[in-house]
Amino acid sequence: MTRDRYGFLLLLHAEWTKFRTVRGWVTGTVAAALLVVLFAVLAGIGGGDGGPDVPVGPDGGPVTDSFYLVHRPLTGDGSVTAAVSAPRSSLPRGLADLRPGRVPWSKAGLIIKAGTRQGSPYAAIMLTGGHGVRMQDGYTRDTAGPAGAAPRWLRLDRSGEEVTGLASADGTHWTRVGTVRVRGLGTTVLGGPFVASPPAVRGMGTSGSVSTAVFEDLHAEGGWADGKWKGEQVGPRSPTFSGYPRNVAGSVAEEGGRLTVTGAGDIAPAVRASLPTGGTLGEILTGAFAALVAVVVIGTQFITSEYRGSLIHLTLAAAPRRGRVLAAKAIVLWTVTFAAGLVGAAVAVPVGGRLARASGVYVFPVAFATELRVVAGIAALLATASVLALAVGAVLRHGAGAVSAVVVGIVLPYVLVAIPFMPAGVSNWAARVTPAAAFAVQQTLVPYDQVASVYTPYEGYYPLPPWAGLGVLAGYAAAALAVAAVLLHRRDA
Amino acid sequence: MSPTGIVVAGLRKRYGAAPALDGMSFSVRPGVVTGFVGPNGAGKSTTMRVILGLDAVEAGAALVDGRPYRSLRRPLNRVGSLLDAAAPHPGRSGRDHLLWLAHAQGLASRRVDQVIEQVGLAPAARRRGGAYSLGMRQRLGIAAALLGDPPILMLDEPFNGMDPDGIIWMRAFLRSLAAQGRAVLVSSHLMSEVQDVADHLVVAGRGRALADAAVDDLVAAVSEGRVTLRTTAAPHATAVLVRAGASVVAGGRDTVTVSGLPADRIAALLGAGAVPFSEVSAHRATLEDVYLELTREAVEYRAATSTEVRR
Repeated sequence: MTRDRYGFLLLLHAEWTKFRTVRGWVTGTVAAALLVVLFAVLAGIGGGDGGPDVPVGPDGGPVTDSFYLVHRPLTGDGSVTAAVSAPRSSLPRGLADLRPGRVPWSKAGLIIKAGTRQGSPYAAIMLTGGHGVRMQDGYTRDTAGPAGAAPRWLRLDRSGEEVTGLASADGTHWTRVGTVRVRGLGTTVLGGPFVASPPAVRGMGTSGSVSTAVFEDLHAEGGWADGKWKGEQVGPRSPTFSGYPRNVAGSVAEEGGRLTVTGAGDIAPAVRASLPTGGTLGEILTGAFAALVAVVVIGTQFITSEYRGSLIHLTLAAAPRRGRVLAAKAIVLWTVTFAAGLVGAAVAVPVGGRLARASGVYVFPVAFATELRVVAGIAALLATASVLALAVGAVLRHGAGAVSAVVVGIVLPYVLVAIPFMPAGVSNWAARVTPAAAFAVQQTLVPYDQVASVYTPYEGYYPLPPWAGLGVLAGYAAAALAVAAVLLHRRDA
Repeated sequence: MSPTGIVVAGLRKRYGAAPALDGMSFSVRPGVVTGFVGPNGAGKSTTMRVILGLDAVEAGAALVDGRPYRSLRRPLNRVGSLLDAAAPHPGRSGRDHLLWLAHAQGLASRRVDQVIEQVGLAPAARRRGGAYSLGMRQRLGIAAALLGDPPILMLDEPFNGMDPDGIIWMRAFLRSLAAQGRAVLVSSHLMSEVQDVADHLVVAGRGRALADAAVDDLVAAVSEGRVTLRTTAAPHATAVLVRAGASVVAGGRDTVTVSGLPADRIAALLGAGAVPFSEVSAHRATLEDVYLELTREAVEYRAATSTEVRR
């Protein structure tokens, strides 16, 4: 058994020697790595317009923090209560025509926030257009409250850094929705009613909306400053705020103790559709696609060239156990391509990111572990695709045919995934069941349930988790290798 | 004592409906050069691929040292082979081509340089394979076959594409390999290429061995009962002998080959008929005759072969 294993090491050595002694394959692999870097540099110096700063939340992620706030200062502890009507939303139809419409995540409620600076900490309880009562804080956290019909009574209690949200159907019997600790709130905060109305998803895009809600029986207890409630648009000019529809603006009107508040925008994490100018690691690594074509060609040639010159006879005469020859080729090819891809991506990601930021592009921030996953994942994608190409080459035994087959098998679905205007159903299907699913390894954006948006592969959101997507490609490669091994065994060489 | 050499027994194989091998059987012994001759399509290359475990057969077995090739460990140390058109990758140098092969067998790269010297390829060893002439590729193929210093060598059409110097070198080289005690099987579709080098001959036709014998025995068998007659009056002589029941075939200038009558009876008949003749002797067939005699019926496409023979 040990002698057997030694024999396999010899085969690995032989296949490595084969690979490194064909200059075209070595330079092609190096070129693939360089392509990854080159595209990253081009993407980096492509530059942006250097617009206003992207607001950033307490955890460093980009946020949308633009909404209509009606506020008074609160020093120390206190609470605010109101009966809130469900927000009524309007969407633009045509150029200047607003029509009533559904915006499920329109928000009307009460908020306590450190200040009007975008990205400052807050906690809020609200009635939504389609998701009932919610308590939210820190931009990304969202807790569901009791279901039921509007109008609802809402209350927010502040005690130090702790904020408790309560909801009631009658103003007497209260249900606690949640208590959150809001770090960095400070002693004096702003608080009061607010209305937000995020863009609504329409087909393959989003369009701005505006919502209005009525607040009754508004009263504040505790350390609130005296004076009138003051209406103000938070974050009126922000890259994550698409503004109001034409001829509408945020407003508050008081009439007999009833406040009618109109607002647009959102208090939420920024997603791709709300920050379309933001860059992602996936865009920095566009060169991976060009590299893919290169490694696919090398992968097929690694075996089909042996058939073209009947070198395969000598290979199999030297190693009659054919499955092992295929395994040795696959291991050598995978390792070499992985190494090249790893170097390319490991250089491209920091260089491209730095260049992009230097030229004024906002790049969606990524945890170091995620960055490592993307770099290693892209390398594994290239390596696994090359092994798939090798297997198809072993089945078809013809270079051009195998290259076409693999390019059609990976590139075509990738096109379905990566071009805009592709219906989400089609691109999500392609990103689930075709080898192009592997591009999920480069996803860095996070979709949020509480943010209605266009979550398609083109926008940087894949239907499968990163490693599962790579697993789909690996599955294709393993199946193709199995078929290749059976045929190699059965067919005359 | 374990059997040495190659034993091929009853190989049968079909490509679609056409039989490629139809009971091919022969053996290759150590210490001699065995010529494997036959027209194109006789099954020589297929047989060699079967011996190397590259092609499967429907019936029969090919054994190397008593074992199927596929069960050999480090097979190149047992059998060295050169198959038709063995070509390195056009982008790989001849030396690198041998290097991966050496690595596959656990051989040192020193051995690569030795065989390169042995086949006289040293000046071109670092050139890309794509730039090699057919003759250089044949030398490279021989080097690959010798790499494991194997006791058995199997070379398919090694003379193809070689210039006259190369052919002379190759013949001497094959003889020296056999003299070292190796079993050497050399295929060719041209009798002339192997006639000075083979001790033993396997003549293939229509997928089977038409003959498997020592060269001397084959020549004797074909010569049996034939008489060479040298005469300036061939038509007259032919008429006389045919009338006496002999069959006569025209030979070279002024000679005919007669069979069916002993030499002394021929001389008497010609003397009685006053036909002039200068010589009556036992016929000595050439290997070419043997080949033609054995393959006459086996040649499937006579016209095709005759052009190939002139290639």
